[in-house]
Amino acid sequence: MTTPTAEARTYKAKDFSQPSANDWCAGCGDFGIINAMHQACAKLGLDPSRVVTVGGIGCSGKAPYYMGTYGVHTLHGRPLPFATGIKLANPDLTVMVASGDGDTLGIGAGHFVGAGRRNVDITSIMFDNEVYGLTKGQAAPTLPMGLQTKGLAVPSSQAKINPLMMAYACGFTWIGRGYSYNIKQLVELIMAAIEHPGLSFLDVLQPCPTYNNLHTKDWYAGKDQEEVRPRVQPLPEDFAAHIDENSSEEEVLDHARNFMVEAHRWGTEIPTGVFLENTGVTTFAERIRERVKTYAETTPSNKVIADANGVANADLTSMFDELAVN
Amino acid sequence: MAAESTNGNGHAQDLAWRVGGPQGSGVDTAALIFQRACGIAGLHLFGRREYSSNIMGRHSYYDVRASEIPRASHRDAVDLLTTFEAETLARHIMTLGEGSGIIYRTDDADVELHKITYLDGRYADDLTAYLAERGLPATTAGQLEDAKNRGVKLFKVDIDEIVEQLAEAMGVPVAIAGRARNTLAVAVSTALLDFSRDYVKGAVNKTWPGRQKIIDLNVEAIEQTYNYVDANYDRSDFAICLRGAESSEKRMIVNGNQAVALGKLAGGLGFQSYYPISPATDESFFLEAHEEFPTRDGGTSNVIMVQTEDEISAVTMAAGAALTGARASTSTSGPGFALMCEAMGWAAINEVPLVITDWQRGAPSTGMPTRSEQGDLRIATTGSHGDFPSMVVASGDVIEAFYDAAQCFDYAERYQGIVVHILDKALSSSSRTIPYLDTDLINIDRGLIAEPRGDHDDGAFARFAVTESGISPRTLLGQEGNAHWCTGCEHTPQGRVTEDPVVRETQIEKRHRKMELALREIPLEEKVKVYGDRDAELTLLSWGSNKGAIIECIERLEAEGIPARYLHVRLIKPFPADEFAELLASASPLVIVEANFSGQYAELLRANTGITPDHLVLKYNGRPISAEEIYRTVSEIRQGGADARIVLRNPYQ
Repeated sequence: MTTPTAEARTYKAKDFSQPSANDWCAGCGDFGIINAMHQACAKLGLDPSRVVTVGGIGCSGKAPYYMGTYGVHTLHGRPLPFATGIKLANPDLTVMVASGDGDTLGIGAGHFVGAGRRNVDITSIMFDNEVYGLTKGQAAPTLPMGLQTKGLAVPSSQAKINPLMMAYACGFTWIGRGYSYNIKQLVELIMAAIEHPGLSFLDVLQPCPTYNNLHTKDWYAGKDQEEVRPRVQPLPEDFAAHIDENSSEEEVLDHARNFMVEAHRWGTEIPTGVFLENTGVTTFAERIRERVKTYAETTPSNKVIADANGVANADLTSMFDELAVN
Repeated sequence: MAAESTNGNGHAQDLAWRVGGPQGSGVDTAALIFQRACGIAGLHLFGRREYSSNIMGRHSYYDVRASEIPRASHRDAVDLLTTFEAETLARHIMTLGEGSGIIYRTDDADVELHKITYLDGRYADDLTAYLAERGLPATTAGQLEDAKNRGVKLFKVDIDEIVEQLAEAMGVPVAIAGRARNTLAVAVSTALLDFSRDYVKGAVNKTWPGRQKIIDLNVEAIEQTYNYVDANYDRSDFAICLRGAESSEKRMIVNGNQAVALGKLAGGLGFQSYYPISPATDESFFLEAHEEFPTRDGGTSNVIMVQTEDEISAVTMAAGAALTGARASTSTSGPGFALMCEAMGWAAINEVPLVITDWQRGAPSTGMPTRSEQGDLRIATTGSHGDFPSMVVASGDVIEAFYDAAQCFDYAERYQGIVVHILDKALSSSSRTIPYLDTDLINIDRGLIAEPRGDHDDGAFARFAVTESGISPRTLLGQEGNAHWCTGCEHTPQGRVTEDPVVRETQIEKRHRKMELALREIPLEEKVKVYGDRDAELTLLSWGSNKGAIIECIERLEAEGIPARYLHVRLIKPFPADEFAELLASASPLVIVEANFSGQYAELLRANTGITPDHLVLKYNGRPISAEEIYRTVSEIRQGGADARIVLRNPYQ
């Protein structure tokens, strides 16, 4: 969910970019994703000072350096819990996570599960190129079993994770898939993911021109097929992604069946678009506010903890009384 | 093993009462009622809870020390032992000395030691050998006979008979009357101690406020029990008694977990994330139960608590919250702390104010999850790979734990980094009566925070600006116009990744200068506190929860005219080397006391000052050190010829 500024100033895509030297390889899919992030932030009317981009480790983890927002380059696998702490402590901020497939679904898989259960209003963008680029091309959890990309000594003997199914199982309430060379669609997807009031997961397919010699830009374009047709296709027009608290059990089950079918397509056709938009699940902040009414106004980042002289503001008398012995 | 009790003889009252039984059988409830009764009677209390890593059935026990003088440690020599089962009798009867007493059930009077389900084989074997030497059978009957020979008073109680009498008096079924068993067990003790039944009734009222039926049943249980004791025992040969004290001081009873939670709230905690682990979880539980609370400016404040999927998530989530300006912390024990280490380095290189509370337990690995140890000091002071500044603060009792918990946030924000607040299981589950804590004494200092639209250089805010003190104005995520980067990589003042050799040197030196500043700014009493005779040569030095036992030992030495002092270490890192060198120059002998195998603080002292202790007194069986143990050890040292390394052992704990 976004918090546009009331000020007259509107920011352009370049206000969200950074002139610092970019060290991604020429032709890297990351460029398409970062450009789409700049455009999406500008189109949503966000203020760069109120946006935090949180990165993991790896090539994608460098995304925060190429954003003109607050940038937090965290630890391998841990951007989701960092982002969760940031968002819960200051709910006014727009928080995006940029992390790779290994970061998100390998070393960080436990946090992916935990985040799904909480539904904190964060947008998680996964840079999905099937390899660990920065360490020279080892197999990521999204590389299909049996494939041997050029950085591997032997074919991968571990099965791939289906990221969309994983996100669905964990409880993400917005799930989408895009492609780094379809920037127009990607901008729309990132905007929708940010606007969704809850935890969003956007799987972005991208070539790694240096280490993934199998799933290249040409492969995604279907150029290896007898009848050349791009593999990356939009979801069927009649695919209904939206469910909410008013959806009937049958509607939810229908969606689940359709989601599962589309999420499993991989080969001649790889669907992209919004797979799930579930607004019927409370966010973590709403769950806290059900008990802690003051959280609507008083947050960890803005609470008054002392008076002007530094004397503690908390009044613990009632707790002392609870513990009184006489 | 003689009782060192002084009560009942005209001296200041000091009673050591122990109740034991299977977990889930009501040991804690019985202890609570006993403590409340003593509290209402104006006595000071120290309670110690020992339990197993188990839900139901295994042995647990609770020590209550009720005294006229405030005490902060348990006593090994128990005055009155109340047992709920044969295992408690078997395990603890050896702690009883001449003149003390044991209360036991008829059913437990003759049980084979090796048939007691959860009594460790080693324990049963040792007892069997001990009894065999005295020609006694390896049964509880043999143990009772031995205790009688040692002058222990035996009080066999037919609990079922009292329950039946209670059922009859109340006109309720025996099953209903049986619900008052815990109160009844307490009342047998208090009746034998000739302690006024009104105090116990007061405790019952306080335990079940407004639930009249339960109160009525329990009050009648007290009456029936006192009658039973009068009818069945001759108290005249049991010299120990307990009297109320004249005191109108308003007191609360607080354990270590609660004290830290309260201190954190007073210190402005806004966010705590945690993963469940013994013995840390009770702290987070207390915070969750008090997530909204009043403020002195007339409003209501809150603390946001999150139970995470693991400790890595807990520490990184808290670090994220801290970046926004929240006072944030996490609470854990050794295994969880080990998982947090990588993130400690991240917080240090990003200069994030973050408090990690570590409740040490028996280690390594899963170790002894519910037993105490001070074995995490080494990892707390190093923590992560590389060189980075961090602080370690240790607390010795519940009062210190409260004020330190608040103080840790100040240190974290003033010096912009990690503060590890190190405590232990013994402190977590021992409780003490104290006067109401005073939040006026907490003076909050949030350190240097940047103004919005602060100094820009090279296109971004210079969050890690190089300054003489090492402190850079701290931005909070979301502050207008101060965008910059945080990163675990070495970085420029703006937070851009760099591997430039000069920038690297400048940044690592800047970060470490903050600790030099901390050592200059922090007053001596926050680093080390001296108890006893400041000029004495005989010097005991320790840290953490050994404090109560050592101070009691010092006082005992003082009463005997032996000058001694205790140096209680509070700031462990950065190391106040100059102050220690000065304080220890005249120490002779220097005795360091620690609850670990290797003397981890002694190692740190030697590394920083070159000073080694004359005697290293260690205990690592998972049980807290007692005043009696320290006193005996100091006496041996004073007699001469004591080893440089002395291990405190007690097979019957």
